[in-house]
Amino acid sequence: MSAIWTMIAKRLGLGLLTLFVISVLIFGATELLPGDLAKNILGQSATPETVAAFRRELGLDLPAHTRYLNWLLGAVQGDFGTSLANKRPIADLIATRLGNTLFLALYAAAISIPLSLMLGVLAALYRNTIFDRTANALALSSISFPEFFVAYILIFILAQSGLFPSMSRVDPDTGFAETLYRTFLPALTLTLVVTAHMMRMTRAAIINLLASPYIEMARLKGMTPMRVILHHALPNALAPIITVVALNLAYLITGVVVVEVVFVYPGLGQLMVDSVAKRDFPVVQAVALIFAAAYVLLNLTADVLSTLSNPRLIHRK
Amino acid sequence: MNVLITLFWIAVAIAGAMAAGWLFRAAAVALTRGGTARALRTAPVTAGFGMLVILLYVLVALFAPLIAPYAEREVVGAQFLPWDSTHVFGTDNLGRDTLSRLIYGARNTVGIAFATTALAFAMGAILGLLAATVGGWLDQILSRIVDILMAIPALIFSLLLLTIFGTSVPTLILVIATIDSTRVFRLARSVALNIVVMDYIEAAKLRGEGLWRLITREILPNALAPLVAEFGLRFCFVFLAISALSFLGVGVQPPTADWGSMVRENAALITFGDVTPLLPAGAIALLTVAVNFVVDWMLHRASGLKE
Repeated sequence: MSAIWTMIAKRLGLGLLTLFVISVLIFGATELLPGDLAKNILGQSATPETVAAFRRELGLDLPAHTRYLNWLLGAVQGDFGTSLANKRPIADLIATRLGNTLFLALYAAAISIPLSLMLGVLAALYRNTIFDRTANALALSSISFPEFFVAYILIFILAQSGLFPSMSRVDPDTGFAETLYRTFLPALTLTLVVTAHMMRMTRAAIINLLASPYIEMARLKGMTPMRVILHHALPNALAPIITVVALNLAYLITGVVVVEVVFVYPGLGQLMVDSVAKRDFPVVQAVALIFAAAYVLLNLTADVLSTLSNPRLIHRK
Repeated sequence: MNVLITLFWIAVAIAGAMAAGWLFRAAAVALTRGGTARALRTAPVTAGFGMLVILLYVLVALFAPLIAPYAEREVVGAQFLPWDSTHVFGTDNLGRDTLSRLIYGARNTVGIAFATTALAFAMGAILGLLAATVGGWLDQILSRIVDILMAIPALIFSLLLLTIFGTSVPTLILVIATIDSTRVFRLARSVALNIVVMDYIEAAKLRGEGLWRLITREILPNALAPLVAEFGLRFCFVFLAISALSFLGVGVQPPTADWGSMVRENAALITFGDVTPLLPAGAIALLTVAVNFVVDWMLHRASGLKE
């Protein structure tokens, strides 16, 4: 047991360190800006007085490391400062949107993970048949499609006929079933984008194992192909599958950006894109930090889970 | 009924694509000699189709002013005109000819993506090979930097950098190339690590070959095959990333014709049942599918794998 805990603690420490360096990077990136941030935002025509006042307001008159520490301490407590564009506290802007984005990502994950595992197992079972080839060709093409293409095709097919709304406006008062219905198209788009990758990996991981002697043994004992795959191949194929599932979940967290914009869904991604257009640095920094944290956390979970699923990796040496 | 007709047309399109790929492969085999012809003869039909599409895109991009019926930024009529004989795909939100903008878009979008990939490769490959050859502290520092950069989701990182440096084409190319070069670095380093332990590298070092000569003459030729396949894959990722950024309005800026921003500008049409906004998106998808088909074949050949 202790080996597992030290492994988890080590990974967690490494993850925290990565996150710390990322936060330095996200904060420090604004320091790279040629010239003065305040002048840049206010434009050429700003008088020296307004620039000075704006600098004081942003805290730019303080040295960089003091500002970084203040920013980080605030961020850890959930206070990201105020937006430049509308002077509202960023925490308020983010609060509901974070929930919306997580909801959409989880919704897509709830559809895509079972679907892709099932398709992957079936493709491995019926390998080199028409089913397998079609599934593979479809997967390869859907990997190479841009998200907005998939999204607009879905809108064209499903929203045109009035089956589903093409805009996913939700607010806290919307009921759960209604939210599920309104966010179905964005969730389906994300599902189509990530399912292909997970399915191909599941298939490849299982097929890799099918040549091993123990699988042949199982087959010679007269087991059905389905049982061989589910009870003998799948448990050993779990590590790569878990890794790719977590990677795709991490991808979902960032992939939502484009999909949210297409479907006008009030999530973090849309907020970030709007803020980029307005060059609203504090908001972009805050959202980038949240996305990066989620990404690092998911990769960390994948690492730990795939190690746990393989005893050989726990008891190394 | 409608579904059946759609399915029929999809089947026709796939059959047509396969036939075109087969014909193109046959023509390519007839026109080339020696090793190239032999390699092409064993290529799958999908790879033939992929090469044909890539060739067509390159031709359209090169000869855009000759093919396009109107100029890139010329307003030729009312906004959102429907498809007819004067404007094959109608006009866009400002009354510019959609077909002409699609054709110029091939030049801009593909050109920018290609330049970005080339830059990413130059940076990533040189640093990766250097890290593997020199080793020691240089390798450690570069690898840790790359680890950190790769821990930030690419789209989010590019959005952050574009906020800071503003959106212009040179900035866009630099930002995406920097982010993407980290992935190239990883591959180049791991490929080169297997090469630097070879005896002939040792011999070259004893012969007194300098670092630059060692990298370009001894290591690079042997690391080329996986790097070339990776170039195709990277191109797809870069192409999709730039299109996504343009679609979000922070990539290539108007009035430059660009497929990603064309989708964004005309997206409103889709809710009225007009497929025009799907055309630029489809153009992006077709090229990435084509490149993927060719890369699939090249990887298959390089690894010598048989299914």
